[in-house]
Amino acid sequence: MDFKAIFRVALKALARNKMRTILTMLGIIIGVAAVICTVAIGEGASNQVQEQLASLGDNLVMVFAGSVNSHGIHMGSQATKTLTAGDAQSIAQIPFVKAVSPGVGIGEQIVYQDQNWFSGVSGESPAYFEIRKWPVIQGSPFTQHDVEGAANVCVLGRTVVENLFADGENPVGKVIRIHNLPFRVVGVLSPKGESPWGHDEDDIIVAPYTTVQKKLAGISWVQSIQASATAVGTVVPAEQQIESLLRQRHHLRPDEDDDFIIRSTLDIANAREQSARVLTLLLASIASVSLLVGGIGIMNIMLVSVTERTREIGIRMAVGATENDVQNQFLSEAVVLSLLGGALGIIFGVFGSMAVSSMLHWPTLIPPQAIVIAVVFSAGVGVFFGYYPARKAARLDPIEALRYE
Amino acid sequence: MPEELLQSEADEVNGTSGVVPVIEVENLHKTYDLGEVQVHALRGISLAVEPGEFVAIMGASGSGKSTFMNLIGCLDRSTRGRYLLDGQDVSRLSKIELAHIRNRKIGFVFQGFNLLSRTSALENVELPLIYCSVPHQERLERAQEAICSVGLQGREGHHPAQLSGGQQQRVAIARALVTNPSLVVADEPTGNLDSRTSVEIMDIFQRLNAERNITILLVTHEPDIARYAKRIVLFRDGKIRRDSIVEDRLDARQVILDLPVVDDEDEEA
Repeated sequence: MDFKAIFRVALKALARNKMRTILTMLGIIIGVAAVICTVAIGEGASNQVQEQLASLGDNLVMVFAGSVNSHGIHMGSQATKTLTAGDAQSIAQIPFVKAVSPGVGIGEQIVYQDQNWFSGVSGESPAYFEIRKWPVIQGSPFTQHDVEGAANVCVLGRTVVENLFADGENPVGKVIRIHNLPFRVVGVLSPKGESPWGHDEDDIIVAPYTTVQKKLAGISWVQSIQASATAVGTVVPAEQQIESLLRQRHHLRPDEDDDFIIRSTLDIANAREQSARVLTLLLASIASVSLLVGGIGIMNIMLVSVTERTREIGIRMAVGATENDVQNQFLSEAVVLSLLGGALGIIFGVFGSMAVSSMLHWPTLIPPQAIVIAVVFSAGVGVFFGYYPARKAARLDPIEALRYE
Repeated sequence: MPEELLQSEADEVNGTSGVVPVIEVENLHKTYDLGEVQVHALRGISLAVEPGEFVAIMGASGSGKSTFMNLIGCLDRSTRGRYLLDGQDVSRLSKIELAHIRNRKIGFVFQGFNLLSRTSALENVELPLIYCSVPHQERLERAQEAICSVGLQGREGHHPAQLSGGQQQRVAIARALVTNPSLVVADEPTGNLDSRTSVEIMDIFQRLNAERNITILLVTHEPDIARYAKRIVLFRDGKIRRDSIVEDRLDARQVILDLPVVDDEDEEA
């Protein structure tokens, strides 16, 4: 019996009992749709994280001042005073590094006329704006000359502008007071939104690091150094070279821990991705339980169908159907049932994740592999749960089956 | 009457010595093992049926005729003895081989018609051909031809529920003929039919036997029906009790003409 004939017979048998067919398929439909939806939500989330991290900076490698361990007493991170602007300058010499900005941060009350706002003031070099891929949209960034002269100039983030200035007022050229020192606003940053950690990135004032160091924080060291690697592929070697360079400059013995912490967006991305993947896997496995239940539903209905159609099986055997013919007939019915359910499940899953996107504003993304896996898996369910009933049908004795009422 | 005499009488009537018999069974036994008791359904059957014969198997229920029919139809295997179908020993074949034999060499006609419900007449007739991988177009042509040979042209698309009992049985006969089998086994084919329709069915069998030389084995317990056959084999207690030529054979066509005209039109419509 050829494949096409088997398939046609299966379709005809299923069409004969439409309501039952649909109800049986429902289990598979729901299972596949649930798997597709959870995978789509998981993939969408991890895709969003990737995008956010990419927007964080241009192949970003960050160095933070580390914790101090002096005589067994650990101080908090960024407690060391060993990271300097000189370190940043030598990092800039590394071939895999294209831009470097030393950083100092401090929280300050900012006043403009009768308005005030508390915000973080970041001391950086002009390279900061390209490292963070953060263009100045009004005015211009401060210059290397401002850094060398520790000039009282600053660039404002969108949130700060909104809180200090009236609508429509151009902040560029205005003078604001930070820590009672007058600072001239030279530029406004483009709005960036939330960081992957949910923190408002636009609530920031960027000034030359020398100015923040000397006039606001009163320190001679820096708290962080941000660097851009030349390409995605050089992030890891750049990280390694920065580490050995800093160990050498800080005169660390081989048995001593780093007195700084290095992080790249790649590290963060990996950690985030891993937790997202675990969550997706968990959800998908819960969803696939319903696929299993759907499979059991198929088995149940196939068993009923074999009993109901005992006489038909007898007739088919009498006119020359072999055990294999009968087995293939019922097996293909189960597979058609589950494949059809799988196809409908994919459609419902796609629409379902579109609904999630538009109603809950969650990003969703359906990877093509998920659809392939859904098809293969539902066919597998059909074969697995259809085998026992099909075998049962094939093992019937033709004489008994013909006599069955 | 001694058995040899009966056998020679049968040979003489058929006059076909030298031709391979369609059925040749020797000392066939069938025992059903029901755990504690053993039921001897057949206790040594020997029989030969030549091509073109029309044999009626008779006997009371429990005589072993159904068991014999199942063995002849290759639905079951004997406990002991030899069965040659068309000269081929089929008594020790595997289940798959038996299925192939049923498919190619045997056509079944049952008392309860045994058609697939909600399936058209044409598809029912086509069914055996599906299991011997005949291409779709040829299947349709052969099924159509078989349907015409039992006089059901125009009703190919009807489902069994839309056909009368006689018409359903004719579909079943067409299904039995479609593979050009060596042997048609009919098990009480008129058991569910009224007397007029029964004669019509016997007319079809007689014509197939006479015009196309198809070998027919008819199982029945009605002596009237057995008289349409050429030879009657009587079973009792798992043995052949009598094997005789039908002297006063009925001609179904003649019988139909003699029957009073009943309201057949209503049934047909």
